[in-house]
Amino acid sequence: MGNFREWAMHFFMLDEGPLIWTSDVLIILATIGIIAVLSYFKLWKWLWDNWLTTVDHKKIGIMYLIAAILMLFRGGTDGLLLRAQLAWPNMHFLNADHYDQIFTTHGTIMILFMAMPAIIGFFNVAVPLQIGCRDVAFPYLNAISFWLFFAAAMLFNLSFVVGGSPDGGWTSYTPYVENAFDPGPGENYFLVALQITGIGTIATGVNFLVTILRMRAPGMTLMRMPMFTWSVFITSIIIVFAFPVLTVALALLLIDRDFGSHFFTVSAGGMPMQYVNLFWIWGHPEVYIVILPAFGIFSEVFSTFSRKRLFGYSAMVVSMVAIAILSFVVWVHHFFTMGAGPGVNSFFGVSTMAIAIPTGVKVFNWLFTMHKGRLEYTSAMLWAVGFIPNFLIGGLTGVMLAVPPADYQYHNSYFLVSHFHYVLIGGTVFGVFAALYYWWPKMFGVLLNERLGKWHFWLFMIGFNICFFPMYFLGFMGMTRRVYTYPAGYGWGVINLIETFGAVLMGIGFLVFAFNILWSARYGERDTTGDPWDARTLEWATTSPAPTYNFARIPEIKGRDAWWIMKKNGESINGPKDIPFEPIHMPNDSGRPIIMSLFFFIAGAGFVFEWWILAIIGLAGVLVTMALRSFEYDDHHYIPVEEIEKTEAAAGRL
Amino acid sequence: MKPSGRRLRSLLLVVGLSMFALTGCNSAKYMPVLSPQGPVARSEYYLIIWSFVLMLVVVLGVFVIYFYMLVKYRARPENKDYVPPEIEGNSRWETIWTVIPVIIVIALAIPTVAVTYKLVKPPKADAATGSTATAGASSNPIVIDVISERWKWVFKYPAQGIETVNYVNIPAGQPVDFELTSDGPMNTFWVPALGGMEFNMPGKDLKLWLEADHAGTYQGRSGQYSGRGFAAMTFDVNAQSPAAFSKWVQTIKQTKPPLTKQADKQLSTPGNVGKMAFSTAEPQ
Repeated sequence: MGNFREWAMHFFMLDEGPLIWTSDVLIILATIGIIAVLSYFKLWKWLWDNWLTTVDHKKIGIMYLIAAILMLFRGGTDGLLLRAQLAWPNMHFLNADHYDQIFTTHGTIMILFMAMPAIIGFFNVAVPLQIGCRDVAFPYLNAISFWLFFAAAMLFNLSFVVGGSPDGGWTSYTPYVENAFDPGPGENYFLVALQITGIGTIATGVNFLVTILRMRAPGMTLMRMPMFTWSVFITSIIIVFAFPVLTVALALLLIDRDFGSHFFTVSAGGMPMQYVNLFWIWGHPEVYIVILPAFGIFSEVFSTFSRKRLFGYSAMVVSMVAIAILSFVVWVHHFFTMGAGPGVNSFFGVSTMAIAIPTGVKVFNWLFTMHKGRLEYTSAMLWAVGFIPNFLIGGLTGVMLAVPPADYQYHNSYFLVSHFHYVLIGGTVFGVFAALYYWWPKMFGVLLNERLGKWHFWLFMIGFNICFFPMYFLGFMGMTRRVYTYPAGYGWGVINLIETFGAVLMGIGFLVFAFNILWSARYGERDTTGDPWDARTLEWATTSPAPTYNFARIPEIKGRDAWWIMKKNGESINGPKDIPFEPIHMPNDSGRPIIMSLFFFIAGAGFVFEWWILAIIGLAGVLVTMALRSFEYDDHHYIPVEEIEKTEAAAGRL
Repeated sequence: MKPSGRRLRSLLLVVGLSMFALTGCNSAKYMPVLSPQGPVARSEYYLIIWSFVLMLVVVLGVFVIYFYMLVKYRARPENKDYVPPEIEGNSRWETIWTVIPVIIVIALAIPTVAVTYKLVKPPKADAATGSTATAGASSNPIVIDVISERWKWVFKYPAQGIETVNYVNIPAGQPVDFELTSDGPMNTFWVPALGGMEFNMPGKDLKLWLEADHAGTYQGRSGQYSGRGFAAMTFDVNAQSPAAFSKWVQTIKQTKPPLTKQADKQLSTPGNVGKMAFSTAEPQ
């Protein structure tokens, strides 16, 4: 009994102090709260029928985005904890173990469980509408992708209060993360959670690749696609090629840890650097996976709010293709310091610099999209406008980092930390915020408040610069990343304090955004037109939010900026009135994806704690749910014409 | 216009950085990367400055166009009826902003490749180092084995037969061949004032050439996270005149205890320790 008590104390981390106790209490209260609200308002059936079992890309997109915003909160809180600990020399707010776990979860959550679901959320929200189809190519698979991501995110977050979080950094370099140096379940959480969400992401890549290739409306040639759809198309290709490498790397490392093999160990002929190479062969394309869709979003936003078509469309496409190809031949720049020799370092240094060329082309094309335009500084446009200088600083310091001898001085210093926050926040996060303000009315039929939006932008943007610009200097001053504290006397203290202040401003900006969501849900301006920005692409042709079937009739596309052309020609999206509607073929909802992901979660927990019976039960459940799908014949239905007419009439579109 | 505040701030920061970089005003104490104390750090520093100047040109160019567009073409009540023209593109301009980055990349790539190849060879003391402190220095490199332990730095002098922990003495003006390895997870060996970092990898020996111009003490640390005690993995590099260095070796040999098997084992046990020295390099 005593033994069990000791084990449980350790397992549930009750011996780890108030940080964990507080989290436990908050998690329990939140869970009780959610269950109570759902039960009191009798919402369980509504939740199951409308959301948990849906295969509708629009709802899946919304669920991705809700999850991404929650994870932004979690990752942001991690960031604030780190900043609090670093605010002054010799702080003891967090101890080394807690700090190590928190920087690991901060990075992992921000990349895999915030940036990824956010951009994939917008794939779902916008792409089928932009290309004029009724859902993605594989709606059922799409639901599986989402629920795998969700199960993985839950599993990963659980690590904070059960068993301990991973502490090897989001890059999780071997041999440190091998059992010899880093025992316990923490690192397994990282490997298993990324593996599960990675499967979902590969499926998403395949799904959108096929959707964009096969399901465009008649007349929408590739070179007539909106730029966001182009970015998703190229991103999907990168996903399909890059993610399997991560799958392999994670699997080999998990086999090392769970079954005692020696792929990446120091002893018995393992090769630790092999893991580092595999990780970055995925890891570098991964940063383009999260930035290219942001480029697509900015292209839409610049064009819409400059009231002009995108400048240099073909060059934009070609430059994205070039970036995609180059993204696979630059990975060694993450570890020029591995002593690979001057030939290797020179090649990867110059290939990295070359990425600046297509990226520069894009920046100039955005600037010249604004040329001779009429710029409206809406919240969405502010994020796009703010993106250019901030991303420029991030991108150009990236070129400085690409110089191998200079990189020997920057590697793992705060110069690097600043660089990648400038590209990931200045690029991806600004892009996600731009897209949230831009597509919010399309998702919910309500506009976010512009005044609060501007507060959000300025607080976050100024806070971001206060937090991260001084880090370039900290790098020159010799401060390295992942130190949990530092002595006085290096001159780092004041700079760190200023940065912490900036981080708090970013946090306040986020709270303004959260308040904006709540405020707008209640009082926000309703979008009855479906086209609140007088925009150019097809998603604005349908109602806000779009009906289940997206378009009552699939439109005929006559050129780029299809909806703009229709508006200029005075055409209706529903086509000539005298042609009757036809029944619409739609996929059935299914509860199986969420059940399958539950089994993935169970199997994942089994692999994390090396409880093999649990792992076998979970994997068996996965196989059974897969097999059952094969025997499902009634998987679609038709929406009758009367229902379409009723929906369209209600929207005033008949 | 709102962005003008940001423009001013960016400008100040940019000018501030250039001042630091170009004049090195009091940066020796706080900004070791920007006040190099040896030929390796100096060639890296020149590349940093050159890349910074090139990037500054780009930043200024883009910012001018950017603010011009933002201010000139903003929506105003007066231009409410203005209908922007639909412009497909402009191949002449697009060629210009493709060619200029290509030129900049070439201007950066050539010195980059040259220095990358140069740094794998022992540094040659350049003209800037003709100081009295280095008089009498031998151009023969001295070899020091650097082993990263959890979480301490062990320095073995194979030719001198001594060992130090968490500090290393080197002769100034003489190339030092640091042979980097690890007895645990990876670390990187970094002495910003003398030159950039390189990995300490278990089972591998990586060569890192460094050299100090003058006598002095330079901070070193690990740049690669390696676990709980990583933040305290710092060490001092004491560069001494060659005569003082020889004398120091003799003092260590005469006054410090030999490295016992027990002491050696203790070094490979996880934990942080203070500075230590041993009169032998192989455990007995």
